[in-house]
Amino acid sequence: MTAKAVESGDLATVIGLEVHVQLETETKIFCGCSTDVEDDEPNTHTCPVCLGLPGALPVLNEGAVEAAVKIGKAIDADIPEETTFHRKNYYYPDLPKNFQITQYDAPICQDGELEFSVEGQRTSVGIRRAHLEEDPGSLQHKGGSIDTADYTLVDYNRAGTPLMEIVTRPDFRSPDEVRAFLAKLEEVLEYLGVFDATRDGSLRVDANLSIVDAEEVSGDGTIDASVLEDANRTEVKNISSHKGAEKALAYEETRQKNAISRGRAVEQETRHWDESKGITLSMRSKEEEKDYRYFREADLPPLRVSHWKDEIPIPELPDARRERFQSEYGLSDEAASKLTSTKQVADFYEDVAEQFDPDLAATWVADNLLGELNYRDMLLTDVADRFDEVTRLVELVAEEEITAKNARETVLRSMLDDELDPDTIVEQEGLGKTGEDEVAAAVTEAIEENPDAVEDFHAGEDGALNFLVGQVMQKTGGSADPGQVNQLLRDELT
Amino acid sequence: MSHNAYITETTIEGADDGPLAGRTVAVKDNISTADVRTTCGSAMLDDYVPPYDATVVSRLKDAGATIAGKTNMDEFGMGTTTETSAFGPTENPAAEGRVPGGSSGGSAAAVAAGEADLALGSDTGGSIRCPAAFCGVVGIKPTYGLVSRYGLVAYANSLEQIGPIAPSVEEAAELLEVIAGPDEHDGTTRDAAENGGNYDYAAAADGDVDGLEIGIPTELVDDADEGVTEVFWDAIADLESKGASYHEVELPSVEHAVEAYYVIAMSEASSNLARFDGVRYGNSGGYDGNWNETFAKAREEGFGEEVKRRILLGTYALSAGYHDKYYKKAQDARAWVKQDFDEALSEADVLASPTMPVPPMKLGESLDDPLKMYLADANTVPINLANLPAISVPAGETEDLPVGLQFVGPAFGEQQIIRAASALA
Repeated sequence: MTAKAVESGDLATVIGLEVHVQLETETKIFCGCSTDVEDDEPNTHTCPVCLGLPGALPVLNEGAVEAAVKIGKAIDADIPEETTFHRKNYYYPDLPKNFQITQYDAPICQDGELEFSVEGQRTSVGIRRAHLEEDPGSLQHKGGSIDTADYTLVDYNRAGTPLMEIVTRPDFRSPDEVRAFLAKLEEVLEYLGVFDATRDGSLRVDANLSIVDAEEVSGDGTIDASVLEDANRTEVKNISSHKGAEKALAYEETRQKNAISRGRAVEQETRHWDESKGITLSMRSKEEEKDYRYFREADLPPLRVSHWKDEIPIPELPDARRERFQSEYGLSDEAASKLTSTKQVADFYEDVAEQFDPDLAATWVADNLLGELNYRDMLLTDVADRFDEVTRLVELVAEEEITAKNARETVLRSMLDDELDPDTIVEQEGLGKTGEDEVAAAVTEAIEENPDAVEDFHAGEDGALNFLVGQVMQKTGGSADPGQVNQLLRDELT
Repeated sequence: MSHNAYITETTIEGADDGPLAGRTVAVKDNISTADVRTTCGSAMLDDYVPPYDATVVSRLKDAGATIAGKTNMDEFGMGTTTETSAFGPTENPAAEGRVPGGSSGGSAAAVAAGEADLALGSDTGGSIRCPAAFCGVVGIKPTYGLVSRYGLVAYANSLEQIGPIAPSVEEAAELLEVIAGPDEHDGTTRDAAENGGNYDYAAAADGDVDGLEIGIPTELVDDADEGVTEVFWDAIADLESKGASYHEVELPSVEHAVEAYYVIAMSEASSNLARFDGVRYGNSGGYDGNWNETFAKAREEGFGEEVKRRILLGTYALSAGYHDKYYKKAQDARAWVKQDFDEALSEADVLASPTMPVPPMKLGESLDDPLKMYLADANTVPINLANLPAISVPAGETEDLPVGLQFVGPAFGEQQIIRAASALA
C-alpha cells in the first residue's frame, strides 16, 4: 500500500463470504431423523448414524442434493457430471465422528453468481463454489462461557442437518453490499423452498475482510489476485444475520483502516463477532493453519448428477416475478418489489389479485396488510392460517359493503389485535354501509339543523357543502359513502 | 480345553425356523449386536453395548440362527495373529501353541474347535482368509459391496467386507446366501443380480471343475515357504486330475500391494477411529480440564500399541505435504492392482495362490516385528485393493500345520470360487 494512499485515506475494502445455510429437508442429510427439532428435548432426534455410533454408515438423502441443485440453477452455477464427498478431519466435541462429511474437489456447484441491488444500483457477486455438508451438534456451556463453564453438554439434535456452504469471490466493496447480498440470497433460497429463515441458526456467516490501496481497484471493480494475497485479512466468525454482518464488517473495516492510518500492520487472524458488545475480538489462537487431512468418503459412492440439472424444476425467482408483476398487473417497481419480497407474499398477492382488482389487491397486501404487520413486528407467516379472512376483508371493500377507511383502520387492526374475523367486527362495530333511508333521514336532519350552512351554500361557498357532508357522516357513524352523501345533499338543496 | 475363542459368550436366539435354524453362529466382536457388548478386542470399548444390530446380525436372526458369542480378534482388526487383542491371544485349535491367524482368529478357532457351527469374520486385508487357512477351515471374503457393512465397526471402510467362516465350502456358501444382498443402510452395497451374478451359492459347491481355467500369479507363489508351495502344487495337480487346467499369469503391480494397502488402511483407520475420544466411548478416565489433553489421554490409555502405530502412520500419510507422496500414490497403486487383476481374470475363470505364504506362527513370536507381520499379508491384501471375492480352502498340511489355498474370482463371481474350492474340500 502506498504511503500516499494511507495519508489520503484512499483505501478500498475487500470482502468475501462463506455463508452456511441449513437446507429445509424433512430428514437429515445422511439418516432418516427428522430435522424439525425446534425446542425438543436434547438428543431426541438422533439415531446410530447421526450419533456417529461405531459401525453406522451414512446414506445420502437425495432431497438434500436436489435442494443443492436448485440452488445451483438459481445462481447459474456449473453442476458437475459426478459429485463426491470427503472427510474433513478435526477433533471437536460437537462432531460425533470427529470428522465432518463435506465436499472437497467435486462440489455440487461451481462458478455461479448472484445479482442484487444496493440502493437502487444493480450489482452482482461471484460464487466460487457451493457444497453440501453435515451440520455438527450444538454445545451448551453450563455455568459460564466456553472458557469459564463448569461443564459442557452436547446436543446432537442438530447433527446431520444438511448445510450448504456458499463461498463467494472477494467481490464485495462495502458492508452494506454484504447485507443486501445476504437479504437477496435468503429471498432466493426461500423462493426455492429450500430454506427457512425463521429457524434459529439457519444462516451463519464467516467473512474475510482486507483493506487495499484504492488505486488497485480497476475500472470494472476487480482487483488483481496478487494484491489480495499480499493484503493481510481477518476472518470474522459468529455472524448470524444480515444486520449482524453489516455491523460486524463496518466495525472491522473501521478497525483496520484506523490501524493502517496509524501506521500499524493489520494482523492476519480470526476474530469473533460479539453481537451484544458490537465489536470483533481476536480469538488469540496461536494455532498454525489447520490441516484437515481431507480424503474421499468411501461410504458414499460418487453420485451422478449431470442430468439432475435438467430434470429438477425451479420456481419463478424473485427478479423474474417482479418484472412479471409490473407487466402483468401494471404495478409500480416499488409495489412489485414489495410484493415479491418473499414467495409467500407474492403467492398471496396473486391469489387476491385473481379474485379482485390487481390494484386493490396491491394496496391491500403491500400497503395495508404488510404495513400493519410491520407495525406489530409480525411477519406474513404469522397470519398464514388467516389468509381466508384477509381475502374476505378485501372482498367486503371490493363489493363496497364497508368503506376502505373503516376496513383499514378498524377491521384490519381489530383482526390483528383481537384475532376476530372481519364479519364479526363489521357487525359488532356496526360498520356495514348504512341503508339509504337512514342516510336520507340524516341528510334532512343536517339541512334542518344548519340553516346558516345552507345559506352559505346558496351563496356559493364551496366549504359549506363539505361541512354538511361532515355532519351527515357524523350522524351515520362514518358508514355512509361520502360521495353518495354529497350527491344527496346537492339534490336536496337545488 | 478353551482356546479363548470368545470375548463374550452369550446366546442370542433367532427366528424359529429358517435356513440356519438349529445352527450356532459365532460373530466377530467388531460386528454390532444390540444389547450385547461389542469390544473390537479393545480396552477402549470394553463396556460398549450397541443399541442396534448390524444388518448381518438381523439377517442371521431372521434365518433362524442362534448366535453363540462374540469372538476374539486383533484390536480393531489390526493384526494377523489375534495377539493384539486386549482380551489375550487365542490358540489355534488345529496347531497347538500356534496363533490362529487374524484378525478374525476367534471366529476361525470357534469353528475349528467345534464351539460354533459357523462364524462371521471381517476381512480388510485377509482377516477372514488368513485365520481360515491357519485353522484348517473355509473362509470367504465377498466382493466389495455384496454384504452390508452396516454395524461393522470400521477399520478401513473402502477395503473391508464381512464374510462367512465354516468347516466346509458348502456351509460357508449357505451362510453367505443369508448375509448377502443390498441394504438400504449401506450405500455401497450392490445387487449381485444386477451385476452379472446371483445368490445361489450353496448350489455352486458341486465340485465340478471340469473345464475350469485357473490362472496362477507367479508373484504370489514364488515367495512362499517351500512346505506351503508343495501343498499348493499338489492341490493344483488334484484339480487338473478333475478336469481343470492352469496357466501362469503375471501381476507386476502386486509388488507394491502391501505398501499401498497399509497406507490406505492406516489412513482410513486414523479417521474411522477418531470418534473414540473418551467422551462417549471407552474409559474417559475422569480426566478434567482441557479438551485436547483429555481426549489425548483417553486415547493414549484406551488403545493398544498396534492401533496407535497405525493411527499415527495414517495421520502422517494424510497430512499436508505428505498426502500426495503417500496416500495419493497408494490410490494410484490400488488402481493399478485392480487393472492387473481384471486383465488376469479376463483369461482365467479363477486365480489361485497359497492363502498365506507361511504356516501358522508360534504364539508370541510375531508381535515384536510388525513389518514381518505386514509382509505375511502379501497374498491377501491385493484382493481387497481390487474389491474382488476370494475364498480360502484347506489344501493339506505341512509338518502337521494347515495350509490354505486361495481362489480369487471376478467381481460378483462368488459362484466360480465356491465351485473351484468345493473340488478340494
